[in-house]
Amino acid sequence: MTQDAKLLEVHDIGRTFGGLAALSGVSLTINRGEIYALIGPNGAGKTTLFNILTGIYKPDSGNFRLEGVEMAGKKPSELAKFGISRTFQNIRLFANMSAIENVMVGRHCRTSASVLGAILGNPRTRAEERSIAEKAKHLLDYVGLSRHAHMLARNLSYGDQRRLEIARALATEPKLLALDEPAAGMNPLETDSLKRLLETIRRDGVTLLLIEHDVKLVMGICDRLAVLNFGKKIAEGEPSRVCSDPLVIEAYLGTS
Amino acid sequence: MKRYLKLAAYAALLLLLPFATGLALGKTWVRILDFALLYVMLALGLNIVVGFAGLLDLGYVAFFAVGAYCYALLASPHFGLHLPFWMILPIGAFSAGIFGMLLGAPTLRLRGDYLAIVTLGFGEIIRIFLNNLDTPYNITGGPQGIDLIDPVRLGPVSLNQPPGHAVYSYYFLFLLFALATAFVSTRLQHSRIGRAWAAIREDEIAAEAMGIDTRNLKLLAFAMGASFGGLSGGLFAGFEGFVSPESFTLTESIMILSMVVLGGMGHIRGVVFGALLLSILPEALRYVGPLEQSLFGKIVIDPSGLRMLLFGLSLILVMLLRPAGLWPSPARKRELLAHGETAKHENTNIYDAGR
Repeated sequence: MTQDAKLLEVHDIGRTFGGLAALSGVSLTINRGEIYALIGPNGAGKTTLFNILTGIYKPDSGNFRLEGVEMAGKKPSELAKFGISRTFQNIRLFANMSAIENVMVGRHCRTSASVLGAILGNPRTRAEERSIAEKAKHLLDYVGLSRHAHMLARNLSYGDQRRLEIARALATEPKLLALDEPAAGMNPLETDSLKRLLETIRRDGVTLLLIEHDVKLVMGICDRLAVLNFGKKIAEGEPSRVCSDPLVIEAYLGTS
Repeated sequence: MKRYLKLAAYAALLLLLPFATGLALGKTWVRILDFALLYVMLALGLNIVVGFAGLLDLGYVAFFAVGAYCYALLASPHFGLHLPFWMILPIGAFSAGIFGMLLGAPTLRLRGDYLAIVTLGFGEIIRIFLNNLDTPYNITGGPQGIDLIDPVRLGPVSLNQPPGHAVYSYYFLFLLFALATAFVSTRLQHSRIGRAWAAIREDEIAAEAMGIDTRNLKLLAFAMGASFGGLSGGLFAGFEGFVSPESFTLTESIMILSMVVLGGMGHIRGVVFGALLLSILPEALRYVGPLEQSLFGKIVIDPSGLRMLLFGLSLILVMLLRPAGLWPSPARKRELLAHGETAKHENTNIYDAGR
């Protein structure tokens, strides 16, 4: 029953864009069941790292492992199947589908009905379809959106769209849920309820990785964090320690 | 109970329609009905690619051609092969599916206008091949095409017998296949595969990130759509008894696309309606000449020119007045309405801002 505490190991990742080193030699480890944050000034390489970990970019060098399995170079859909799911900084819902349909799409990689099954409508396919709908309903309830289940995603309020993205990502049953600036553009009230939601998700056994600008939220919620600057990791550890790190203070405030 | 009555009424209508049409308007019109049913199948096939998965395809008629030539080559004196239709139709559908994947594979990274241009080129390539594959070996018969194609035979009974009644028997054959394609389309749309296609249509990057293998599902959409085209191509060849490259021009592709868009992209009933309307309307407009004659006593404007003018005008009017199509799906209608309202209240939509 002793599971390896390390969920994701990132080793020496590097990536350049036309001569500009967006990331160089970044290594970090995310433990099972923790909330891990990635912060840094604009252009520090947070989103690049995030996109590598979710398969959008391939790293030029280095690798990363989920539960010991090599993941670098896999497609986003494969990573989702292995258990890394994500949300987007500028919300990317399926705008013209209803909230519940959005979540049902998330079930795709955990279901298996074929074309033939779909056409014949055999009992197995029908049962699977029922379980998809049930699970989606449950997840909408989980993030507090069940009353908007049949609204088009584009017509939901901003905060609700962020929640719907989280529900959709949870539908893929991730081991690691990666959130790209989940609190961007939220008011303090919405940020507060988001924080509670993230804590619930963690309590239910999902490890969280988040990029965030809202330092108050990050410090209040994460167990450990890493600070990136100019594509390099300059600090890693518990919030209180990282906060007082002179390198971090310099990166954020400049030298006196 | 009410539902069954409705269903019975529909069935009776569809069964009696050809005979009523034949009595009232003559056999030409029954033939027009037959072609309308073929177009229903084609439009439903294209709807999978364009309406469900959101991939614009301007070369769709190529798959129709593949199915038709499969039938022609395997059941005519051209090669001396005379396979039964129940064997050829699946072969035609399957070959068209393979061609669909051949088109899909190199265009996986393309979207919108770029995809449209490549598919357009693909459609032309197929037609030009058919036109020129008569030398050095005569495979397709070149511009002359292939004739004396076997009619569809059910056991010993040819659907061309008794002579002069073929239009009626083919009506029922086509009706059967059209209903089957509509059924398959509906089932697919409401399955996990249909949802995945819709997700790709809405946002490909997000779909991929949510665990949908966009490459395979796009190929599947191309293959499924193409096989519907191949199926109707086979039926077309058996019905006409003659195929030539002339039947598979770009105009045909555009016509089928118009049926899908005008009817209501992604909405099966809308697409069927669009196909029926656009295959019957141009024929109905042939009465413009006689109408002029009876109104003014002479032909004022050349009716053949006026016919296409009226046809084009009606297309423009429909798209201006009903941009979602004549019979859009409830969801699509909602979304267009919502779009209008947001514009009215000058709310910036975050999706427009995000991209």
